[in-house]
Amino acid sequence: MADEALFLLLHNEMVSGVYKSAEQGEVYVPGFLFHKEHHDLQENGRCITKLENMGFRVGQGLIERFTKDTARFKDELDIMKFICKDFWTTVFKKQIDNLRTNHQGIYVLQDNKFRLLTQMSAGKQYLEHASKYLAFTCGLIRGGLSNLGIKSIVTAEVSSMPACKFQVMIQKL
Amino acid sequence: MAVCVAVIAKENYPLYIRSVPTENELKFHYMVHTSLDVVDEKISAMGKALVDQRELYLGLLYPTEDYKVYPHTWQWLRVWGFPAVAGLCTVMPCLGLSQSPRIKSVFPNQLCSYGYVTNSKVKFVMVVDSSNTALRDNEIRSMFRKLHNSYTDVMCNPFYNPGDRIQSRAFDGMVTSMMIQVC
Repeated sequence: MADEALFLLLHNEMVSGVYKSAEQGEVYVPGFLFHKEHHDLQENGRCITKLENMGFRVGQGLIERFTKDTARFKDELDIMKFICKDFWTTVFKKQIDNLRTNHQGIYVLQDNKFRLLTQMSAGKQYLEHASKYLAFTCGLIRGGLSNLGIKSIVTAEVSSMPACKFQVMIQKL
Repeated sequence: MAVCVAVIAKENYPLYIRSVPTENELKFHYMVHTSLDVVDEKISAMGKALVDQRELYLGLLYPTEDYKVYPHTWQWLRVWGFPAVAGLCTVMPCLGLSQSPRIKSVFPNQLCSYGYVTNSKVKFVMVVDSSNTALRDNEIRSMFRKLHNSYTDVMCNPFYNPGDRIQSRAFDGMVTSMMIQVC
């Protein structure tokens, strides 16, 4: 009964844990306000990267388990559809609401009620913190795609919670 | 029972290769390497509808004839007058029974290799000795299923970095149970 909440709560703790440990590790000289702000931005970037890398490794393992019994994928679009339907359903208990592509390697996955953000707000409040909570999921998508043989860059944007868009840019080598 | 099991990464380097300890293990390495070409061919035959490309199991890749030496069949061959064949065999590499003069006979040993490719482009190649028992297709498939399940477990192990050689003891144990028991 509480399965959906398990991952949500763990994820929230993970984000706050990463930021707290970054805070404890930081050393700044009080009085140099300019440097502290610059430092904070850097720390934010480092934490987001850490979360994204965590998501990457988890995504690799998850995809291996999920595709164990499925048939071979025909092409890239097939893989993206798998991510939108089966993968998203297994992780977040719902499907992606909208998938758009320009057929040239850019896909936009839109989720109108992203599970990890529903408890946060229903509009513009806390918008500046949303990116922290999306980093892990971006990594998850990137890790899953990388294990299926697709190199990509995944970014996320939120204009109004809890809807968010994940943009996947496939890198053609 | 398998004679050699290999797990190949998507960049075509081995993540795990294990064969029955014989004197000429390199032969198995070569065989697995050449099987990779056949695997690539089968995968790229998309749209040709000869192979069911939606399936992960690839089936028999190719059989080879290999000569293994057994001492007792020498008498039989001599009786039937196969001196040429017998002569040829002194040149063939003997598997560990070299010094005795009785070892001049030939007995073809059929090694077949089977392939399986996962959705994450990791290939499993298995070489079996089909001269002893005729292994059915279903048995090979179930062996690959077990391999795939163990590989998935290795992948989810936090101490394993994808791309490294597989050192998991659980995986080793599973592969041992599938290989020929050589005492």
